[in-house]
Amino acid sequence: MTSTILQTKHLFKHFDGVKAVDHLSVSFEKGKITSIIGPNGSGKSTLINLLTGLVPLDAGEVIIAHSLHFTRVKSHEVAGFGLTRTFQDVRLFEQLSVLDNILVVLTERGVFASLFETHGTLHLAQAEEVLKKMGLWEKRHSLAINLSYGQRKLLEIARVLAMTRSARTGRAADIIFFDEPFAGLFPEMRKVVVSVMKELRAEGRTQILVEHNMELIRELSDEVVVLDAGELLAQGVPNEVLAKREVIEAYLGE
Amino acid sequence: MEYLTHLAVLVGIYSILALSLNLVLGYAGIISVTHAAFFGLGAYTSAILTTVYDLNFFLAALCGVLVAAIISLFVGTVLSKFRGDFVALGSVGFNVIVWSVFLNVQELTRGPLGIPGIGRPNLEFGIWNYEFSSNVSFLVLSVIFVALVYFLCQFIEKSSFGRALKAIREDEEALQVFGYRTLHYKLAVFVIGAGLASIAGALFASYITFIDPSTFTINESIFLLSVVILGGLASNRGALIGALALVLLPEFLRFVGFPSDIAAQMRQVVYGVMLIVLMLYRPQGLVGEYKL
Ligand SMILES: Nc1ncnc2c1ncn2[C@@H]1O[C@H](COP(=O)(O)OP(=O)(O)OP(=O)(O)O)[C@@H](O)[C@H]1O
Ligand SMILES: [Mg+2]
Repeated sequence: MTSTILQTKHLFKHFDGVKAVDHLSVSFEKGKITSIIGPNGSGKSTLINLLTGLVPLDAGEVIIAHSLHFTRVKSHEVAGFGLTRTFQDVRLFEQLSVLDNILVVLTERGVFASLFETHGTLHLAQAEEVLKKMGLWEKRHSLAINLSYGQRKLLEIARVLAMTRSARTGRAADIIFFDEPFAGLFPEMRKVVVSVMKELRAEGRTQILVEHNMELIRELSDEVVVLDAGELLAQGVPNEVLAKREVIEAYLGE
Repeated sequence: MEYLTHLAVLVGIYSILALSLNLVLGYAGIISVTHAAFFGLGAYTSAILTTVYDLNFFLAALCGVLVAAIISLFVGTVLSKFRGDFVALGSVGFNVIVWSVFLNVQELTRGPLGIPGIGRPNLEFGIWNYEFSSNVSFLVLSVIFVALVYFLCQFIEKSSFGRALKAIREDEEALQVFGYRTLHYKLAVFVIGAGLASIAGALFASYITFIDPSTFTINESIFLLSVVILGGLASNRGALIGALALVLLPEFLRFVGFPSDIAAQMRQVVYGVMLIVLMLYRPQGLVGEYKL
């Protein structure tokens, strides 16, 4: 049995003349890894930005778990729906320590409550767990800005993991967007990220992965969604979709 | 001795201003060029309430905090509609408005004449009455206020709230995605900063016993920014050091012995050059942890 957890209907977004996402209706299955592929500029990141409230929709609708419909959403609300993400252009809290980058997503969100809270042993234990998993615990006192590029990408993934461990926003994250998490990583680091994604799948969480590397897509994806110029070109299991002639032409052709 | 006590009181008042601006600028990263307005609102509120309505200094200072808090909540809400550098520009506008209210609403503020004869604070319990009339006693009072404000700022820095402020400074949009209503945080810190600045204003008014609009201009706001930046952003210790350095610097330069006819201008030049050199070679300030 499969069930849809996240669905878009006629999602539309244009940036002065460019249709970044063009009447896109697509759905994502609960507990699966769905890869989104498509040429540069085909709207993959824009889709994630729309779904996480970073960019306002022009038109269309988003449905989460069949029950929650929205046509506009503020970015501070999405965490409460169980959504979280990484950013293609790594976005950390640069002049905060590695540990603070994690603690900040584990602690109280309300203004007054946070004023009277200091991080406790539970927060530290959670931070230690996710940082150790990403091999960053030794670096916990460094500023994020002083990490290597690969470590910075891993820290973003650690932050997402922390969001899955904490329900401070009302709900632990169970829908996760990864926007090119492997780009620029050394093979060793890639392995870490692959195993984290497999674990998250075993925990039943839904993952949406934007990726260009075909090997990784075949290894990880349960489903593949192909975008081209903001439109849905194909969707299905990896072997079938990646064999389609129009997909090869649009994406792998040259 | 009297002279040193006088300087120490000024350092104390500027320490409170620097600590409170540091919350806004250093922690939350809001470039506010209007801190002198809240300083002035505190000074005028308490000056008017103590001279015209004969209210006790401490109650008047509390009213000043309320006035500054309410107005800053409104200003902060308006400024939150601006993007990026326009926040700084908008805040300049607000400082100008408040200053011209001080200057023009003469029924209340006496305009350019200023308010003279402001009393020193006094404490009254039944028959026991103590007035902080000597400068030394006033210094003790200021030190107590500085200590309270300092501990409040340290408390904020250690709290989850403080960490969230720094994250806002680094990437507000990203923080929102992790479930923070960052606007509430920014308003909260703006109001706290304004409230604390107004306490410095009440102290200043009753210490000097005279205020006029010329103290609360954009120039003063810019001076306060340089105090915080010089001391080091996002460091409470830095704010204290900045206040100490910039309040004492002109006094120190007084002894360098420029010919008296150009001394004032030369002091301005030396002061400007020092700021530029510092920003070139130590952009995080004397003891700060973070660069703008
Ligand atoms: N904030 C923005 N302002 C203006 N145009 C934008 C903005 N964001 C995206 N675009 C445009 O929208 C289109 C889709 O961009 P998007 O970043 O979603 O593509 P992508 O599929 O993620 O590409 P890549 O593989 O290069 O990351 C592009 O033409 C891009 O230039
Ligand atoms: Mg992209």
